Amino acid sequence: MAAAEGYPDGLQYHSEHDWARIEGDEATLGVTWFAQDALGELVHYEPPEEGAEISRGSSYGEVESVKAVSDLIAPLSGVVVEINQKAVAEPETVNDDPYGEGWLVRIRLSDPSEAADLMDAAAYKSFVAEQ
Amino acid sequence: MKLIYEKSQEGRRASTLPPNDLPVPEIPQELRRERPPRLPEIAEPEVVRHFTRLSTRTFGIDTGFYPLGSCTMKHNPRVNERVVNLPGFRDLHPLQEEEGAQGALELMWRLQQILAEVAGLPAVSLQPAAGSQGELTGLMLMRAYFADRGEERRKIIVADTAHGTNPASVTMAGYELEKVETDARGNIDVAHLREMVDEETAGLMLTNPSTLGLFDEHIEEIAAIFHEAGALLYYDGANLNAVCGISRPGDMGFDIVHFNLHKTFSQPHGGGGPGGGPIAVRERLEPFLPVPAVVRDGEAFRLDYDRPKTIGKVRGFCGPFGVFVRSYAYIRAYGPRLREMSEVAVLNANYLLARLKDAYELPFDRICMHEFVLSARRLKREHGITALDVAKRLMDYDFHPPTVYFPLIVPEALMIEPTETEPKEILDEFADAMLEIARDAAERPELLKEAPHNRAVRRVDEVKAAKRAVVRYLFEDHPDLAEEPSAARELEAQKGA
Amino acid sequence: MLATIGVGSIDELFRDIPAGVRFEGALDLEPPLSEQEIVAHLEALAAKNVDSGQELSFLGAGIYDHYVPAVVDAVLQRGEFLTAYTPYQPEMSQGVLQAIFEYQTAICELTGMDVSNASGYDGTTVAADACYVAKHATGRARVVLAETLNPQVRQVVKTYAPGFGLEVVEVPHRNGVTDPDELAAAAVDAACVIFQQPNFFGCLEPAPDLAAAANQAGALPIAHVDPVSLGVLEAPGAYGCALAIGEGQGAGNYQSYGGPHYGFIAARSDYVRRMPGRIVGETTDVDGRRAYVLTLQTREQHIRREKATSNITTNQTLLALAGLAHLSWLGPQGLREQGETCMALAAYAKERLGLPELFPNQATFKEFAIRVGRPAEEAIRVAREQGVHPGYALKRDYSGMEDALLVCLTEKRTSSDIDRLAEALAA
Repeated sequence: MAAAEGYPDGLQYHSEHDWARIEGDEATLGVTWFAQDALGELVHYEPPEEGAEISRGSSYGEVESVKAVSDLIAPLSGVVVEINQKAVAEPETVNDDPYGEGWLVRIRLSDPSEAADLMDAAAYKSFVAEQ
Repeated sequence: MKLIYEKSQEGRRASTLPPNDLPVPEIPQELRRERPPRLPEIAEPEVVRHFTRLSTRTFGIDTGFYPLGSCTMKHNPRVNERVVNLPGFRDLHPLQEEEGAQGALELMWRLQQILAEVAGLPAVSLQPAAGSQGELTGLMLMRAYFADRGEERRKIIVADTAHGTNPASVTMAGYELEKVETDARGNIDVAHLREMVDEETAGLMLTNPSTLGLFDEHIEEIAAIFHEAGALLYYDGANLNAVCGISRPGDMGFDIVHFNLHKTFSQPHGGGGPGGGPIAVRERLEPFLPVPAVVRDGEAFRLDYDRPKTIGKVRGFCGPFGVFVRSYAYIRAYGPRLREMSEVAVLNANYLLARLKDAYELPFDRICMHEFVLSARRLKREHGITALDVAKRLMDYDFHPPTVYFPLIVPEALMIEPTETEPKEILDEFADAMLEIARDAAERPELLKEAPHNRAVRRVDEVKAAKRAVVRYLFEDHPDLAEEPSAARELEAQKGA
Repeated sequence: MLATIGVGSIDELFRDIPAGVRFEGALDLEPPLSEQEIVAHLEALAAKNVDSGQELSFLGAGIYDHYVPAVVDAVLQRGEFLTAYTPYQPEMSQGVLQAIFEYQTAICELTGMDVSNASGYDGTTVAADACYVAKHATGRARVVLAETLNPQVRQVVKTYAPGFGLEVVEVPHRNGVTDPDELAAAAVDAACVIFQQPNFFGCLEPAPDLAAAANQAGALPIAHVDPVSLGVLEAPGAYGCALAIGEGQGAGNYQSYGGPHYGFIAARSDYVRRMPGRIVGETTDVDGRRAYVLTLQTREQHIRREKATSNITTNQTLLALAGLAHLSWLGPQGLREQGETCMALAAYAKERLGLPELFPNQATFKEFAIRVGRPAEEAIRVAREQGVHPGYALKRDYSGMEDALLVCLTEKRTSSDIDRLAEALAA
């Protein structure tokens, strides 16, 4: 069952429709409800490799539905420490639980100050309303 | 319906071969086939029945109206099938000596002359196998041209309404892609274009009329912008059916043109091919054309391999010769009356547009060319009915649906191209069906949501197909996908994007 | 109709076309012909060609005069197959989709691979496609081609290579075949290696050793194979190849002066997401019925656009269906017998002709190269005066082969045909 629309507080959001959960010098990244709704049911997640460097604003992987492909745009820069294998094996997890079980990667931040440029839940909700 | 492999019975066969009583040399053991391929073991009657049944589960132009935008699904005259099967064409080996292939060479040469006249450009190569390959060849010509001049140009500009093959070809040719926007009238945004074109621009790829079915009113200005920057213009000929004998791409300012023989010139679509993508170019690009060239030498015709600046070869031999035979025969039936072919194509499209534009939304309110784009956005907003639902419901009326969800800049797009071979009564039947569907969107939406009702299958689970990726028959190990659950949610086609 | 549209004339429909680009007058083309005049004109052109019905021909070199059975004609003439478009609307096109699925299965069976696409343009462009797959799979920028790979295939790869950012290197032949050690040396840092089996000279390559050499170097081994040989020769998938490609014409298409035919490309499952072109997959509909649909479309140009695995759209479906019909008619027994017959005729011809072989002691399939003791074009001219085309002049593609002819024996030839060839070459 696809999740109901929601943008939890406590996460930071990016204009490319990703979220980040920052915990110390690490962050967990994923895509928002808006993104998974626009793509439709995901059939494939192409993750980066562990240890890869990703940089803010650039693509770090791809998700695919039947009819569309989307680059995953990193909201923050860092090094990949873990990939969510469940999202690889069952990409629909991202649709069902985009902020929980549907997380995509965990990174060690290379520049924590970048977080200041992200939106909070309220700001992102307004941003989405204008789409 | 069973797969042909499921109809196999061990030991059966259809083929008979002349007996061989000569000794068969032994193949070294490490090169020898160990296990035979599991091809069907089936006798001729069942082979014929199998393919006949498959064909009845396929809808062609021969079956009914097929208004796929940008595909030009016109009737394929049967005389073309008769002539392509003449043994003198059908059984001719491509490496036959030139004096034994004069008929083939002459046919190609004459077709080249015809295409040059239609394009308004002097030099033609028939070699590319399809429109996409014509595009790639055209971009390779640009690379060769600029390299020859010692100029470094990295970028190709493509319209945001472009068919996906254009950007894909740009990448394969090693160029960088830039996109120019379309304005509110459906023309290229000239101001945006001016900002983009510079000395690093190699060229433009454009279809005119565009995939919106609209003729770009500023084409002369666009051509001037590129030529002033020393860049080239490439014409994607997918929509040529609108303007044959009315406006020639060479006169519009294009330097390279590809034709789709399987669109404008009636090579049958064959379920996905073959096609033909010949190109016509301006004199200064002629030296770079693929090799061999088909040339005339007095009364004879020959293949010219002595072309030092050629980009090389894009396909085997001279190209898809059988396609040339059909297109050549097709064009000889028209001659200069190709103009009337285009006039009727445009008339038919405008007639349908007039009948449908109030019930659906028309994003660009202009006279259209040979095709037009409607949006089902209002139906979606008011009744939850999408372009996909409209397409599936049309099947219940025995029409093939139009192209949907393209071009990308129109939400819930329906691209309709009737072609010139449809009579008015068919157009009216189709319009009536579309109007009824618009009414049913309000009154009986579930009928549309569950369409189609009378085809071989109902709506298919594309998510399961992508996830499981069962792409061949696995014999004893073949899974039963009916036992695997379907996608939990109803699939909708491309949302937004 | 004009009234409904709201214009007074057809001319008004073209009012958006600027005057500066309007074409005035009539196209300079010959006047229209009636149907019977078209037939007469095309018959006259066809009569100027010497086809294999009129001349006993031993021409091969990539396109072959194999027997095409009548069922293939019957299938090609079904108007639904002939005039259908690409099956984007699966409910309207289960017939074509299922046929393509069956074709994909047949190609996988022949080549020992896991996935095949719905066809490529021909046997040359699929080599370029395969290089593109290898480039993205390995991240390497060099491709290695055996010199014994069909010259047109090599030429097409070299034409595509600059745009792909690939360097092309060739490994020369040694007595008509490729040396695995030389290939191994060339394959270091290469994305792929392409060799042909049987090769352009008709010789049997040490294919398993060539594949092993490529695999050792981390390059993808790609075999370019003759479908007609795959009833007697081992499948590339069984000896370590990553991809198998080839020209399908010999299995079910007429020669047709070089086209249209169908190229095939098949791969191990590792490469499925990188495959170019259409792929049909199996699924179910909402009622649980088995159904077929174009799948993994996110690889393709209409979705992935500039990042697509290829720009290919229209391919060669109808010709591939002919191939499927042909292979279904042949069956596994028929394919094996056909291959054995070709080999037997070729062996007999070598002996009967008694002319020196260009590559002595090499095992061959249905073609072999001989030396005719004078310039090849001379031998061809003299033989043709007696109604025989004796084969392809290898000097057209290879240096140092002035007097060499590549002779091809298909199952359509007989021992008395071979006697006539011997006489024509002795003249």
